[in-house]
Amino acid sequence: MAVITLISTWLIPCFILLVLFVATWKRIPTYETFVEGGKEGVKMAFTLLPFLVGMIVSISILRASGALDAFVGLLSPILNFFGVPPDIVPLALVRPISGTAALGVTTELIDSNGPDSFIGRLASTMQGSTDTTLYILTVYFGAVGIKKMRYALKVGLLADLIGIIASIVIVTIIFG
Amino acid sequence: MVNIIWAVMAIVGIVYAMFNGTMDKVNKALFESADEAVTISIGLISILVFWLGIMKVADKAGILHILAKIFRPVVLKLFPDIPKDHPAIGYILSNLTANMFGLGNAATPMGIKAMEQMKQLSGSDTASRSMITFLALNTSSLTIIPTTVIAIRMHYNSTSPTEIVGTTIVATIISTLGAILLDRFFHHRSIRRE
Repeated sequence: MAVITLISTWLIPCFILLVLFVATWKRIPTYETFVEGGKEGVKMAFTLLPFLVGMIVSISILRASGALDAFVGLLSPILNFFGVPPDIVPLALVRPISGTAALGVTTELIDSNGPDSFIGRLASTMQGSTDTTLYILTVYFGAVGIKKMRYALKVGLLADLIGIIASIVIVTIIFG
Repeated sequence: MVNIIWAVMAIVGIVYAMFNGTMDKVNKALFESADEAVTISIGLISILVFWLGIMKVADKAGILHILAKIFRPVVLKLFPDIPKDHPAIGYILSNLTANMFGLGNAATPMGIKAMEQMKQLSGSDTASRSMITFLALNTSSLTIIPTTVIAIRMHYNSTSPTEIVGTTIVATIISTLGAILLDRFFHHRSIRRE
């Protein structure tokens, strides 16, 4: 378990070290290249803005009204039986459908539970570990005009389910 | 689908508030959360700029290329229907390495090119075996560095924003292995049926 914690803190700095070392050795203008790439980051953040506003507002309405708590309370006996924290249900439902929407849900969960709470860590892991099945299916099959997708949707959604279960199990083991 | 979920959440919330007497809270949450969402998006700029900048340097230095070489034998095994030197393999590799580092925007155009190549190979509008394998790998997304999640955790003053990197890697490996196994299983089942 200590290994996982070690990876978490060492991976990114070591990767940056490797990148800058190799780039300097190959005489690449590191700083200028960095700035050039960084510009895309600004664009990306602004693209995300309307998605986040829309999703976070909608979930906040649901939470503030008390409807989300009522819904979660209704489900909690079943979920507790399987060791699933009920608060995570909205994220698990949205994750396969839209990536930006799921990011909104994750943000809201981190906001209301705290980033270092169990729910906060679980939401973070879940958000990072799977991708949006329906979006990928639509974009990739749509782009090349595939009409019969056969068992693709089944595989994608079941893989999402595995990712969600794996996230719950691993976060419970490490941080539980 | 997203449209329905989005609208239903807000509709249910407002209607529930009517009967539950929480309309004042809903009204307050509406404007406060919109404000919050904007602050977060702006806050994301810091890490996105930094990370995409570093990744551009990594790309120019040929590090993504080296990674692609390492994964090449694995990809060849996963896509037995694609000839060894077909351009589709190259696009699949670029797509997977870009995804690993959270470069979704760079991954998508590569993925579409990979699909175009695979469609030329199959020549029909039915999804081929390779296409489905490719989609399975993408939906389970092998992520090494979940950039945006780290940024959000930073924004909310996490004592250790990157502590979830380890758990994310474990979860993503499990879901990717699951996706590969499921893909194989359904492929073999579909052959037996024909």
